[in-house]
Amino acid sequence: MNDKSPRARAIERFSADKIGVASACFLVVLAAIAILFAICSIAHIPFPTDPNKTNLQIKLVPPNFTHWLGTDNLGRDVFTRMLHGSYISLTVGFVAVFVSLAIGVVVGAISGYLGGWLDNLVMRIVDALMCFPTLPLVLTIVAYLGPSIWNVVIVIGITGWMGTARLVRAEFLTLREMEYVRAAKALGQHHRHIIFGHILPNAAAPIVVTAVLGVPDAILTEAGLSFLGFGVQPPQATWGNIITDGKAYILDAWWLILFPGLAILVTALAFYLAGEALRKATQTRTERK
Amino acid sequence: MAAFIIRRLLITCLLLVVISVVSFLIFTLTPGSPFPWADLNPKITPAVKEAYRKKYHLDQPLYKQYTFIMSGLLSGNLTSIKDERPVLEKIGERLPATLRLNLMSLLIDTVFGITLGVFAARYAGRWPDLATSIMAFVFIALPGFWISYLVVIGLVQGIGVPVLGTHSFGLDFKNGFQVALDKFWHVLVPATVLALGGIAAQSRYMRGSMIETLGEEYIRTARAKGLPDHLVLYKHAFKNSIRPLITGLGYLLPALISGSVIVETIFAYPGIGRLAYDAVLERDYPLIMAFNFITAVLILIGNLIADVLYALVDPRVRLE
Repeated sequence: MNDKSPRARAIERFSADKIGVASACFLVVLAAIAILFAICSIAHIPFPTDPNKTNLQIKLVPPNFTHWLGTDNLGRDVFTRMLHGSYISLTVGFVAVFVSLAIGVVVGAISGYLGGWLDNLVMRIVDALMCFPTLPLVLTIVAYLGPSIWNVVIVIGITGWMGTARLVRAEFLTLREMEYVRAAKALGQHHRHIIFGHILPNAAAPIVVTAVLGVPDAILTEAGLSFLGFGVQPPQATWGNIITDGKAYILDAWWLILFPGLAILVTALAFYLAGEALRKATQTRTERK
Repeated sequence: MAAFIIRRLLITCLLLVVISVVSFLIFTLTPGSPFPWADLNPKITPAVKEAYRKKYHLDQPLYKQYTFIMSGLLSGNLTSIKDERPVLEKIGERLPATLRLNLMSLLIDTVFGITLGVFAARYAGRWPDLATSIMAFVFIALPGFWISYLVVIGLVQGIGVPVLGTHSFGLDFKNGFQVALDKFWHVLVPATVLALGGIAAQSRYMRGSMIETLGEEYIRTARAKGLPDHLVLYKHAFKNSIRPLITGLGYLLPALISGSVIVETIFAYPGIGRLAYDAVLERDYPLIMAFNFITAVLILIGNLIADVLYALVDPRVRLE
């Protein structure tokens, strides 16, 4: 066991975690569906089933064999719309996390590495920003910038980097005292190289875990924004806005609310469980206790 | 302790200044006007529009607008653009409802967080632990608006009890007890929905902390001298494990305020979350600023209380 690299051991531990593996498999299938639909949508390849095809003769039909998850108030097939919405949710999740990770890692790394008054100042600013309730803030910015998928993604990203910054800073505070860092300094290496070449790779595991756990947060925020009418705009189907459209028929058509919500729930859950399994797998023996 | 509180209050004031400047910049630098109707009405001349802008000091440089809003807010003279009523009055009449809702949520978070966390720690690594863990993740992964709808449908359609608003309409209660019970029920349901994410977070903190404490030597000593299991758990281990829970309370507050925007909207609950949502839509700058400032004050006070509690439950923590 000892002759294996930490990464090999982490992979070994992760594959032993049944829940983690199941969640990861689910996410891979979902991502495959999402990528397929994203490519079709970008390349204008006609879909086998049109998500926006209306047919008022079959409006609000409960789930049956032709319409697996029923139809909405315009007779559109809910299952088809949910398949098309899948890539919106995943794109929002991943891109928002990428934005917040980029800001958080740079801020946290510089703050933790340099320390001193700069670190103090940056951490107080992070404290202040963490006091903002996110949703009203995101809502305000999106209301002004206009609701489009990219605005939503960027706003979720720039309001969510503080946690990452704190985590990266904490990692850097311990790692910068390591001997290899001192050696690199003695060799006269540039700070930038020490930060990104030496310390950051050693802090990678907790950062990856935060990233995986951040994706569902972003997906849930986007769904909440869609519900309030500030998410991705119709006719583009998203899981959030199928629920929003369906809420007017809440007492007659339960399937319009139930299934897209379940999709959000199961996806977010899979990310959380996979992230948790990853966290356990990458921890050292003493941390795992 | 007094010195600590004074120093923290000073830092808090500084943070408030930063928060107010940042939120002011976000709201004023983004495009949009509080008078969108003015562009649609041909009878409103540019001169009238200018008069409107002047009235709310929107024609002045940013730093003057900021000082106008902040001095108005602190002296209580700031009025809402929408109906010209003082913003503090508008927020004041909505605040008690939101406080009731959020405090109830915090209570539910704490009680269930502790219970589930201790339960999971007791059976750490066995199936009850796994079940509570998965339940916690389900709670975090639930979209708030979705579960709110399901609860409303379930209670109103399924059982036939009213849950919207702060009290039932058209019902004639015979005594004060029934009125109070009715009000309590109308807070309890949205508060429970709002609390789900917090229960999950708190139970995870509690579990981790409890497992750590259970590995300590004095626990082994207590077990060795034959103390029953529940005494060891609740008397010895529990007291030494609640610290992370208190830190968790501080983090919960902003999430609760965010969550109450959605929950208040669905449950037609007249709190400040709903008010803020409308203010954002109407670009009512004074009201948005006041909302941000007051929630920031509430959150910072909450964090301060959490820090003081932290020191009170653990004599080892020194506030310096």
